[in-house]
Amino acid sequence: MEQKTTVTAEDGKQEIVITREFDLPLELLFRAYTDPEIVEQWMGTKVLTLENKNHGSWKFQTADAQGKVLFQATGVIHSFIPNQKITRTFEMENAPFGVQLEFLEFEKLTDDTSKLNMQTVYRSVAERDKILQLGLSQGVNMAHSRLQAVVGKLK
Amino acid sequence: MNLRRDVFQAIADPTRRAILLLVATQSMTAGAIASNFDTARPTVSKHLQILTECELLEQQQNGREIYYLINAKKMKEVADFIEPFRKMWDDRFNKLETIMKKYKTNK
Repeated sequence: MEQKTTVTAEDGKQEIVITREFDLPLELLFRAYTDPEIVEQWMGTKVLTLENKNHGSWKFQTADAQGKVLFQATGVIHSFIPNQKITRTFEMENAPFGVQLEFLEFEKLTDDTSKLNMQTVYRSVAERDKILQLGLSQGVNMAHSRLQAVVGKLK
Repeated sequence: MNLRRDVFQAIADPTRRAILLLVATQSMTAGAIASNFDTARPTVSKHLQILTECELLEQQQNGREIYYLINAKKMKEVADFIEPFRKMWDDRFNKLETIMKKYKTNK
């Protein structure tokens, strides 16, 4: 089966390109990136700020039941073109990685399908490789904190 | 660190990826590998040398011939490197898709 999400990380380049085709109309795909409530659901983090405009800023945060911050990321939205393109920076706080630059391009394929092209540029090749390696552990950690938060509420 | 960069360099090249695919099914001599490409024989040799240096290929002496075979363990290491990252995004996007499909029907 063809993979829906592809990741390209060419050697010697300080970027990662992620592409994905969605069974969603372009407008809905774009909304998933701009509606704070929806972003919270699929990113699994709280959205404190999300200014969808040129020179706007954003801030995501995940905290445990006691209010201790587990994950916080911030950045600015350099440019915002509805249903087409978002250019933004991303930086995770208290993490050994620097800021990264993201180009998100949204494309209509048919009335019911769309495509996302996400190019992320890192400061150096070494930093990109580190991010790739740690991709898994981070994802697992975030899912784990989420689970803990849910379980915490049940107690 | 250096070694890992070499591995990336090795798989970034389309000819070298094609060589890995060829050898994946059976071990082959340099001549047999080269006969699959229009590229000059020395160029193929250079590719084989790079693939061997970064341990994606192993050499096996068989009489007077040297056979190249794939180092499955190393190949898996390389695949594992990107695959978890890809999987993380795939899961995330699957979730996005599910949420938005529901969102659509609720409207």
